[in-house]
Amino acid sequence: MAKVLMKGNEAMALAAIKAGLDAFYGYPITPQNELPEYLSKQMPLHGRAFVQAESEVAAINMVYGAAGAGARVMTSSSSPGIALKQEGLTYIAGAELPAVIINVMRGGPGLGGIQPSQADYKQITRGGGNGDYYLYSLAPESLQEAVDLIKESFDIADYFRNPVMIAVDGLIGQMMEPVDFEREVPKWDLKPKTWAADGNRKNRKKNIINSLYLDPNDLENHNLKLKAKYDEMRDKHQRYEMINMENAEIVIVAFGSTSRISRTAIELLKEEGINCGIIRPITIYPFPQNAFNEIPESVKNILVVEMNLGQMVDDVKLHVQGRLPVHFYGRVGGIVPEAEEISDQVKKIVGGTYE
Amino acid sequence: MSNVKTVYKKSEGLSDFHLSYCPGCTHGVIHKLVAESLVELDLLDRTIGISSVGCSALNYDFFSCDMQQAAHGRAPAVATGIKRVKKDAIIFTYQGDGDLASIGIAEAIHAAARGENITIVFVNNAIYGMTGGQMAPTTLPGQITTTSQNGRDPETQGLPLKISELMATIPGATYVERVSVHDPKHVFKAKKALKKAFEIQRDKKGFSLIEFISTCPVNWGMTPKGAVDWAVDNLIPYYPLGVYKDKTEGIE
Ligand SMILES: Cc1ncc(C[n+]2csc(CCOP(=O)(O)OP(=O)(O)O)c2C)c(N)n1
Ligand code: SF4
Repeated sequence: MAKVLMKGNEAMALAAIKAGLDAFYGYPITPQNELPEYLSKQMPLHGRAFVQAESEVAAINMVYGAAGAGARVMTSSSSPGIALKQEGLTYIAGAELPAVIINVMRGGPGLGGIQPSQADYKQITRGGGNGDYYLYSLAPESLQEAVDLIKESFDIADYFRNPVMIAVDGLIGQMMEPVDFEREVPKWDLKPKTWAADGNRKNRKKNIINSLYLDPNDLENHNLKLKAKYDEMRDKHQRYEMINMENAEIVIVAFGSTSRISRTAIELLKEEGINCGIIRPITIYPFPQNAFNEIPESVKNILVVEMNLGQMVDDVKLHVQGRLPVHFYGRVGGIVPEAEEISDQVKKIVGGTYE
Repeated sequence: MSNVKTVYKKSEGLSDFHLSYCPGCTHGVIHKLVAESLVELDLLDRTIGISSVGCSALNYDFFSCDMQQAAHGRAPAVATGIKRVKKDAIIFTYQGDGDLASIGIAEAIHAAARGENITIVFVNNAIYGMTGGQMAPTTLPGQITTTSQNGRDPETQGLPLKISELMATIPGATYVERVSVHDPKHVFKAKKALKKAFEIQRDKKGFSLIEFISTCPVNWGMTPKGAVDWAVDNLIPYYPLGVYKDKTEGIE
């Protein structure tokens, strides 16, 4: 099929419909409003469920309900709304249910601003709510990648029986880009949802969806079972892209919009004879630690670029383990770093004048 | 033994789990009524119950239908999420007064406002049972609880919320009734109300809430009999029994 020119938020909504979305529950917040707005029209036309909930808390608990009944269900929000959704997310992870959450990030703390940001990195990658759990979290850098990953994310959620978060920033939500909705995405090997409490008990035993384990031994076993999933994510399902690594003397680590801008930055640097690579995490949970074992000998420095004041940089340091100096450059408040700013940072480091 | 007849047996809507409730607590009676109503209406196989947070949190084990456990106060949102994708399932929430009238008041009101075709079983025992007897939004003026040790003071702690009266004002609600289970006559009436609520849901006529006046002998510091008497003498006068709304009968 030909490419269609669409606004980011609407394209992400359509991708979810293509993936077989049964239900969407959300609450308005900028900069993701076009997503639920689009679905409010499209879902009823497809005979599927759409509810504008009374709050993000209610929306995510509706997601929990529908997921427990075996439906393909999604919500979307932006940073302060995601904070409110943490209650439901920990229940969804605890009860081992699949769901997809789109987070079109904006700046904080508090009400913050409505411009693009990556300041939810820790909120996303540390679980976010109470207890030991994680969200499989994907951070696309373009609209096409967002659409492809959203289409696949429902399979990933079903496979792991775990929530999947799509982390984009306002830039991707608001941009217009041509997108091909029919591109093939990997199909996961999925089992029927025989565990669902779907009110169809006729020929089976009752099903229970639950995250309560009052016996400490039971809860420990449950926690270990969840950990096995996170281990599998880490061991088999890290995703990342290594860009321009051959003979690179420095490597930028950046995800989402910042990695895209970094692509322009390394072209500027090439013109000045500086060979700069990029490690682009596609999964931010599991963190693509394997990428750091593949860094060539030629690399002498690492620069982490984020639209926050230094969040992913901690994970980079954890996995570089002191083998190389790790530098950081970030812009906040909704200010998107320019390619020139990034290339200037690289030049400072390469020139040895980085403070 | 051939002329032994079964005149009473446990409803098949209940599992073989031992109920976790204290002796004399009326949660058990309410469970029995919910189970019997679903069985008698032949709805059990397509029912999904939502457990909430409170003494009844574990009732996903007690009912023999499909069950989903919800976060504190969120049961009506969970019920909404399910009902919108399983329109033919029968969905009930089972919620205490801390769960529904305090932390979950928004979810309850908005489920009613949307006219969700679900049934809320609301258990008002005027206290937080599970956490050890703290004040609830339904605690009576002067009532002593662990967080109103001098008696609930309306000056600083306000007056109790009347949930049935409140829910009846919501245009989207179809059927709201307050019942009690303090004697056999009222148990019968309560069951009639529950069955009606499930019939309304089965017939896709909308939102129903049945409020049960219930006891908490342990945290009220009373004997089971004393607790029932206290409910009759104190709770029912403040929370009058009856139908507060029934669109199917033109009562608004
Ligand atoms: C978010 C959250 N806050 C607080 C609690 C602690 N908590 C458990 S039960 C309960 C009160 C339940 O009281 P009620 O709804 O009246 O039910 P009852 O136990 O009286 O049947 C509270 C506050 C919790 N589990 N989760
Ligand atoms: S604490 Fe109160 S409400 Fe809870 S089971 Fe015991 S008597 Fe019933």
